[in-house]
Amino acid sequence: MTTYFTKEHEWLRVEGDIATVGITDYAQAQLGDVVFADVPEAGRTVSKGGEAAVVESVKAASDVYSPASGEVVEANAALADEPALVNTDPQGAGWFFKLKLSDVSELDGLMDETAYTAFLATL
Amino acid sequence: MVSFAGYAMPIQYEGIIAEHLWTRSSAGLFDVSHMGQILLSLGQAPLLETLLPGDIIGLGEGVLRYSLLLNDQGGIRDDMMVTRRANDLYLVVNGAVTAADMAVMREAGLAVDYREDWALLALQGPQAVAVLESMVPGVAALRFMRSAGFNWSGHQLWVSRSGYTGEDGFEISVPAAAAEALAEALLADARVKPIGLGARDSLRLEAGLPLYGHDLDETTTPIQAGLAYAISKRRKAEGGYPAAEALMAELLDGPVQRRVGLAVEGKLPAREGATVFAGALPVGTVTSGGFAPSLQAPIAMAYVAAAHAADGSALEIEVRGRRLAAKVVPMPFKAKNYVREGGI
Repeated sequence: MTTYFTKEHEWLRVEGDIATVGITDYAQAQLGDVVFADVPEAGRTVSKGGEAAVVESVKAASDVYSPASGEVVEANAALADEPALVNTDPQGAGWFFKLKLSDVSELDGLMDETAYTAFLATL
Repeated sequence: MVSFAGYAMPIQYEGIIAEHLWTRSSAGLFDVSHMGQILLSLGQAPLLETLLPGDIIGLGEGVLRYSLLLNDQGGIRDDMMVTRRANDLYLVVNGAVTAADMAVMREAGLAVDYREDWALLALQGPQAVAVLESMVPGVAALRFMRSAGFNWSGHQLWVSRSGYTGEDGFEISVPAAAAEALAEALLADARVKPIGLGARDSLRLEAGLPLYGHDLDETTTPIQAGLAYAISKRRKAEGGYPAAEALMAELLDGPVQRRVGLAVEGKLPAREGATVFAGALPVGTVTSGGFAPSLQAPIAMAYVAAAHAADGSALEIEVRGRRLAAKVVPMPFKAKNYVREGGI
């Protein structure tokens, strides 16, 4: 199991060809209180860099882009009742969706945790 | 932090929802020094009345009046508070349009004294009166929309019992050099926390208070905005403010659109710019919208065609291709807690 990060502050936890996707602790802190997460339904195809989800904080709606291409196999149903999971456990229970990756090589350009931490230090 | 009207302003400190709820239950401190503070000599009240529909000449000393700077079509250039003091008129206007307001006033022949050297702090919430009275004795005697001068630690303050949250509270004009010390002294009280722009917006939205540049602009009139009360009784009879005849006709005939409150079903917030529908027909646009922390539900303000603006009208708001059920409801969404003259 490997976790990757993007410069857009998403994370992917990859097991085989299934990636669980969410936003990082840094991203949730920037957004503030999340009141709604519009996550893609199972069966939807998303492409790397394309709009996949929308997260609504008190102050604004923000797009979440898919860090990789593939088919959504599961949306996090828990977010409908408790969107604040994105704030309280962004890299755990606050995940957005699971993706069956169509091209595992897309992960090559992404950061590991060490690189992402270093990236955050530059912001 | 964001830049607004030339000021660096905090969006949030510990989080919008926490700050919002703290203000409703205790006391929140807001730095609103970006608001423009302007003085006019008292003798200029008649000339000021040519630009706005409020009765300024008849204001009692220390009394605040909410008023609207109008353009020649009756559109709203700005909304503001006008206070009559012993020797002058004290205006608080929106930061983003302070320069434009002053240009309009000067063009009308007013001599305008812009007090950029004054800061403005707002202390809002049910504990605000106890907190401020402990530091500035006498403020508790003020009632809603009344103000007076006070002294704190050798500094002159002008304190108004007013605000933009729907809660009891005060707005405190203080020389900029003393503002930080006053803010620190207020924050030293455990009942007070600093509140950012984010919660200021959610608090005023719940209170049904319009935000200039969003819910009010040069294309909306006081009648459409539901602010006809800002046209004082004497001014309705006498006129003499911009577009007076057109506005009286609009008041009589009813406006084509009205600012309304919308309670939105579900959890998804509808934001500014979203289209409002009655069936297939677009009938309006959301001008402010978001999640209401005290109500735990999304709410919005919108301009809606008059035929669909009655309380209880069932409408829909389109958000990302989805239709959200919404109902026209009276504002404020959350009851106000003002301490009024002669009230309980």
